[in-house]
Amino acid sequence: MELAFFFYFALVIGVTSALVVAFRNPIYSALSLLIMFFHVAGLYVTLHAEFLAAVQIIVYAGAILVLYLFVVMLLNIKHDERYHRQWPIAGLIGGLLLVEALVLTAARYHAPTVATSGTESVVEQSGNTEAIAEVLYSTYLFPFEVASLILLVAMIGAIILAKKDIEGREA
Amino acid sequence: MTVPMAYYLTLSAIVFLTGLVGVLIRRNIIIILLSVELMLNATNINFVAFSQYFHNVAGQVFVFFALTVAAAEVAVGLAIIIALYRAKSTINVDEFSLLKW
Repeated sequence: MELAFFFYFALVIGVTSALVVAFRNPIYSALSLLIMFFHVAGLYVTLHAEFLAAVQIIVYAGAILVLYLFVVMLLNIKHDERYHRQWPIAGLIGGLLLVEALVLTAARYHAPTVATSGTESVVEQSGNTEAIAEVLYSTYLFPFEVASLILLVAMIGAIILAKKDIEGREA
Repeated sequence: MTVPMAYYLTLSAIVFLTGLVGVLIRRNIIIILLSVELMLNATNINFVAFSQYFHNVAGQVFVFFALTVAAAEVAVGLAIIIALYRAKSTINVDEFSLLKW
């Protein structure tokens, strides 16, 4: 049963990610990316990461994609030619890396049976959100604060890069 | 039966390679940025799969931070695209060749 869910999500993720690259119209690409984000969130739910699934939908599908659609509609793009003229090289690189990845995955890998390799372990009874919160605000507090700084810098940078110059302003 | 970890890794590899080919092939800057988002999503799938199979929640915490960085990168990237479009009225990457030798 879990296998059926995984194959459905994996199939749709694979197809929509190929469609993102293949569509000529950028809005179609953004919309197939939206479908992919929802199915990645479904995959997270099957991996017992429900909080991450919710965050994925809110942040990726709800904020990032909306930003993309705004910019695509603002710029009012005509259809450009689709593929770079060096596309055979890109296909070759992609094919080689795919073969390498499949060979590495199919080879016998030594997976530990039950690895308690970290100092923290997921407490199944208390749920996914509590487990993340327990770790995020104690062990990973400093990266958490740095992440807020990253967001501040990105906000300031985006405003400065995209604003228009006021007339008569000296450089 | 549970899904073996190799399936998640294979899916992540396929999505990552699709994003990589998209970055290399497409000439539209916005589609290139969308393909970068595909690559980031692939690594997130990888992290969450590892977090589940090794029973360590640190993988999910890292996905949290990767999501944050992806959002910041999208904001700045789109601002750059807007600034480029104002300068040149095109978003075809072949036109931006000032830094070429």
